[in-house]
Amino acid sequence: MTRRARLWLVLLGGAGLAALLAAACLRLPAFGGARHPYGDRAVAAALARRTANTIASVNFDQRAFDTMGEMSILFAAVLGCVVLLRQARDEHRDPPRPAEVAAPVRRYALLTLPVALVTGLYVIAHGQLSPGGGFQGGVVAATSLHLMYLGADYAALERVRPVEAYEITDALSASAYLVLGFAGVLAGAAFLANTLLPLGTFNTLSSGGVVPLLNAAIGMEVACAVVVLLARFLDQAVEIEEESGE
Amino acid sequence: MHVLPYLVAAYVFLIGCYGLATSRNLIHAVGCLAVCQSATYVLLLAVGYRDGATAPVFSDIAPGSRPVVDPVVQALTLTDVVVGATVTALLLALTVQISKRHGTVDPDELRELRG
Amino acid sequence: MADAVIVLTLLAVAGCATAAVVNRDPARQALVLAVLGTVLAVLFTVLQAPDVGLSQLAVGSALTPLLIMLTVRKVRRRSAAPKDGRQ
Repeated sequence: MTRRARLWLVLLGGAGLAALLAAACLRLPAFGGARHPYGDRAVAAALARRTANTIASVNFDQRAFDTMGEMSILFAAVLGCVVLLRQARDEHRDPPRPAEVAAPVRRYALLTLPVALVTGLYVIAHGQLSPGGGFQGGVVAATSLHLMYLGADYAALERVRPVEAYEITDALSASAYLVLGFAGVLAGAAFLANTLLPLGTFNTLSSGGVVPLLNAAIGMEVACAVVVLLARFLDQAVEIEEESGE
Repeated sequence: MHVLPYLVAAYVFLIGCYGLATSRNLIHAVGCLAVCQSATYVLLLAVGYRDGATAPVFSDIAPGSRPVVDPVVQALTLTDVVVGATVTALLLALTVQISKRHGTVDPDELRELRG
Repeated sequence: MADAVIVLTLLAVAGCATAAVVNRDPARQALVLAVLGTVLAVLFTVLQAPDVGLSQLAVGSALTPLLIMLTVRKVRRRSAAPKDGRQ
């Protein structure tokens, strides 16, 4: 098919889809409406389990099984990236030479690194109370480590980030989520049921039963997964070279 | 105002699809897919919005004192964002492999290679 | 007042999405995607979804553009070197 014919086909299909989408938008409940039956029930359930952040309650209590599916997607995608971006037989490692870093950049990066790391961990720890949680804090904590690359050089980053350790922790935290799920079964309730631990006092760090634990497991998993992903991409972009002489 | 957010979501999705179909570079195509994904976030959150309501977080407001927006769609969107990022990473890893094996990231040239 | 802010950010999202698709150079597109991620985070905050906004800020404006940039660098470095991968 020529490019022109393909463009016409896309425009034709796009026009049809646009008409259908517009028709659907006009029949949707109006934006900002007051009727949210599922939302109201989710809020009531979250308050009954003494979880202040309703979204954490939905993710790690009411829909904990779906979050496990999501975690498996994350784990499988990281596994796929590790397999796809491994060092092939016709490639070799060429460690980049240390480059000169401007002094203000170095100072700024090394100053913000601990602040960003602590912020990430704080966001994970307070997931059941305030906006945030394992997903957000994990990404922040993982990317903060890479300020080391800006502030120093690649060798320094590799010292604070042994990839094998992060790969193992990734797997361990994924299994921790499963173990917490099965603990519910052993305790005589259902898989991932939030009946194992006392619900605690509303709006304190240990409230919400099993929610903080699942949240922490997801936080560790996301942080390790992002570190491993970025490590594989950085290896490819910075270090791994193809053999030049065939 | 009543349908504008939905229409913006539909527009973002369609423009992303257009970019995907006309892209000459697989990396650019992955970026367009990220644009398509952001349309779903806008749609989901638009469905859950409630006029004059606040965020469904009760650490600083008394429960029941104010109406809150729908937390279920927000949890769905949160899942969506993270899964979207991992899909992007996986597709980019595939692109790196394609560039290694075939020496190009132009989908049209790749088709010619297949014959 | 809140409505006006929502409309403005919605239009900004639509504009950034168009710019991200129209920019054919992947390295530039990564930068526009970072802007799109930030604007989306603002929109989510305005729509009273701070959790999603945080997540979008971390993922959409830092992680995804970074991965795209690294891929661009890898692919460019390959095509700059003499092509010997194709048998």
